[in-house]
Amino acid sequence: MEIFMSIVSGCLVAAGVYLLLQRQILKIIIGTAILSHAAHLLILTMGKLDRGAPPIIKDGITKYADPLPQALILTSIVISFGVTSYLLVLAYRTYNENRTDNMEQLRGTDNE
Amino acid sequence: MLHLVIFIPFLFALIIPLLRTKLSNIHLGWFVLAVPVLLFTYFISFLEKMIQGEKIHSTLNWIPSLDINFVFVIDGLSMLFSLLITGIGSLVVLYSIFYLNKKENLGHFYFYLLLFMGAMLGVVLSDNIFVLYMFWEFTSISSFLLIGFWFHREKSRYGALKSMLITVFGGLALFASFLLMSITTGSTSIREIILNSEAIINSNYFVLILILFLLGAFTKSAQFPFHTWLPDAMEAPTPVSAYLHSATMVKAGIYLVARFFLVFQGEQLFAIIVSVFGIVTLAWGSFMAVRQTDLKGILAFSTISQLGMIMAMLGFGAGYENKVAIVAAVFHIFNHATFKGSLFMVAGIIDHETGTRDIRRLGGLYTFMPITATLAFFGTFSMAGFPLPVFNGFLSKEMFFKAAILDNVLDISILIPILAVIGSIFTFVYSMILFFKPFTGKENMLDRQPHEAPIGLLVSPAILVSFIIIIGLLPNIISEPILAPAVSAINGEIPLINIHFWHGFTNIPIWMSFTVVVIGTLLFRYRDKWTPFYNVFPGRWSAANVYDYLVNNTFTFAKSVTSFFMTGSIRNYLSIILGFLIGTLAVTIYITDGFAVSYDDLAPITWPVAFTGITMVFASIATIFMKNRIAAILVLGVVGYGLSILFVFFKAPDLALTQLIIETVTVALFLLCFYHLPDLTKTKESLSRKTLNIVISLSAGFIVTIIAIASHSFKKFDAISEYFIETSVSLGGGHNIVNVILVDMRGLDTLFEITVLGIAALAIISMIKLRKKEEVDS
Repeated sequence: MEIFMSIVSGCLVAAGVYLLLQRQILKIIIGTAILSHAAHLLILTMGKLDRGAPPIIKDGITKYADPLPQALILTSIVISFGVTSYLLVLAYRTYNENRTDNMEQLRGTDNE
Repeated sequence: MLHLVIFIPFLFALIIPLLRTKLSNIHLGWFVLAVPVLLFTYFISFLEKMIQGEKIHSTLNWIPSLDINFVFVIDGLSMLFSLLITGIGSLVVLYSIFYLNKKENLGHFYFYLLLFMGAMLGVVLSDNIFVLYMFWEFTSISSFLLIGFWFHREKSRYGALKSMLITVFGGLALFASFLLMSITTGSTSIREIILNSEAIINSNYFVLILILFLLGAFTKSAQFPFHTWLPDAMEAPTPVSAYLHSATMVKAGIYLVARFFLVFQGEQLFAIIVSVFGIVTLAWGSFMAVRQTDLKGILAFSTISQLGMIMAMLGFGAGYENKVAIVAAVFHIFNHATFKGSLFMVAGIIDHETGTRDIRRLGGLYTFMPITATLAFFGTFSMAGFPLPVFNGFLSKEMFFKAAILDNVLDISILIPILAVIGSIFTFVYSMILFFKPFTGKENMLDRQPHEAPIGLLVSPAILVSFIIIIGLLPNIISEPILAPAVSAINGEIPLINIHFWHGFTNIPIWMSFTVVVIGTLLFRYRDKWTPFYNVFPGRWSAANVYDYLVNNTFTFAKSVTSFFMTGSIRNYLSIILGFLIGTLAVTIYITDGFAVSYDDLAPITWPVAFTGITMVFASIATIFMKNRIAAILVLGVVGYGLSILFVFFKAPDLALTQLIIETVTVALFLLCFYHLPDLTKTKESLSRKTLNIVISLSAGFIVTIIAIASHSFKKFDAISEYFIETSVSLGGGHNIVNVILVDMRGLDTLFEITVLGIAALAIISMIKLRKKEEVDS
């Protein structure tokens, strides 16, 4: 299962990177979102999958799933949400100001 | 005491601004004059000890832990240079008092000049190579400041920059050479390096040490092909040219070669490089000097050629058991300083009194300026090596010819005396031009009536000219106190010097001298016939053009390199970053043989999980091909929801919950912005760009996959999670282990994650709300 999930997250990375290399701002943001999904899945996979019960202490259960990667992912999800929403509003403002969403045209001036 | 002497110029330079404001009605130079005169008398007092072969040492700690200390030693060679620096320094300061107007920025001038004087004394007296290097760069900097003294002139700035770039280039090479020397010998003292010269000669770096060392010496002493900075340095005020660019700084390279002579002595490579470069510089410099039309231009190329001659003599002395060569070199260092210093001063006087230095406009000045003409006569004829006993230049030239005839070495060495004669013929020609053009012939074509210079301007060249005559007549008066100690400091032997004027007709050198005079006179007489020959050579291959080409093309090249990758396109930057990342990872995995697959300890694959995973993959690929932005957003949602389903399967309820909510909010946010966001128009991509994108993304995915599989297969330690599971209730007081970790065990992460969210929220608000006023209106 871990190998399978590694391949899945690899595919997600490939799709995310391909989107990052596009010209349109919206596609780039979608790419970052997919990349963060891939990273979360990878963290979980590296902590070994599907061992024991959910990490909530109950009497009589001795084996739990590893709680540490879960805590890390939880933090990461929230942060990537913050960043994604910020990027989204940034894209909206960029489009409003410059009337273009083509990154090749958004090169700034020579003095920048 | 010796330390004080070297630092006096620096200390005095510091009080110059004070003098300038307090005593502005007296020419500042009168105060400055005291410094070199004082130092000169101080050095003269050591002459007695020099004759007895003593050395004077003095040490002052600076950085003892690195073995870098102010260790100053006076021996014969240092003595010769110290006397030149302070003696000619005094004369130059005296000359500059009458040469420079009080309206000039004298504070700057004398500040730089004193800085230079102190630095030059430091160079010739330092025994520690790093202290020597420090003073060496000080001379470069102060020379840069002096050349650019009239900084409002474009040509002055150009000349200053050029000399700076070339001499500092050589200075850095010298520094590298010094580092290697101190590493191989384990010492920073010149005396100890000379004692351990075997270590340098036998080290693997010997050739490198030698070449870097000579680069430093050749750039400073304007040897071919680094001579090109010296003619442009003529933009400096004439006292500076007389001091730095004839008598002192340009001889620093000569000093260096002489000082390290004992290290490289007997090495064929050293002897060959130094003599060949010296003789080529001699021939080329004198050849080019004839072409010049500016008085100072002629003098600059003549300096180059004379420096080449001295350098060549040091080379002759190194490899060929040629004792007379070193004596001749030392003698000519002294003689050149006298006649070249006086000639620069004469050129300055002509410029001062007529307003031009162009020899095409000058003529017949003898009637107006008889004293100046007389001084020039002695200077130029001494430089030409005219065979009369009153010219010291003839004596050293004769010795040079004697040294140039190298016995029992390679057949090709017959070229050396031939080149020496050719160089001397041209020397003769330009010396004659220098004298006869301005002072004889037609009455001048000048704007104003020239008249004799004030007495103050004439004193300094007159003193130098009297040296020419005295040494020309009685050369042996300086041989015991000055020449012999200097020669013994260079090659370690005490020579018996007895300089004769006349050697008889059986001597080859005398015939060489006659050849020079006869052919030189003929060439000078019929110069109109052959000087058009110079126009055959295009200026394109001159060293000055090579320098310009290099400097300009460095900028163009740097610009083109920068604009090659700094395109402003984010995609290109990303491609470079990702390409580099993938490349280094792939190479590392390949080199360390890091890939491995272990099938132990894997969870079994279940169908629902596999189905969810495959769906996510397809959905993520589908986002690439979506033409419709709402569809793209919804398909992205499929990936997110798929992930939360996976979290459910993998026993992570908190994650599933959060992912579900966040995905919903994100999709909602996307849809909220939807109206304002641009349409997904179809963009045309070139096939190569598309291929590149596919290659980069596929290899990124591939690398991530194999790293994940490899690292999963290499578990070295157990997880620390057992601790969290055990202590969740007892220490944290909670049953939900993930939550206990988040707020209890690792609460700091959570604090800052909250901060991140807060900042993102504030940033979004400010981005939407805060705009410039006019934007809101429009």
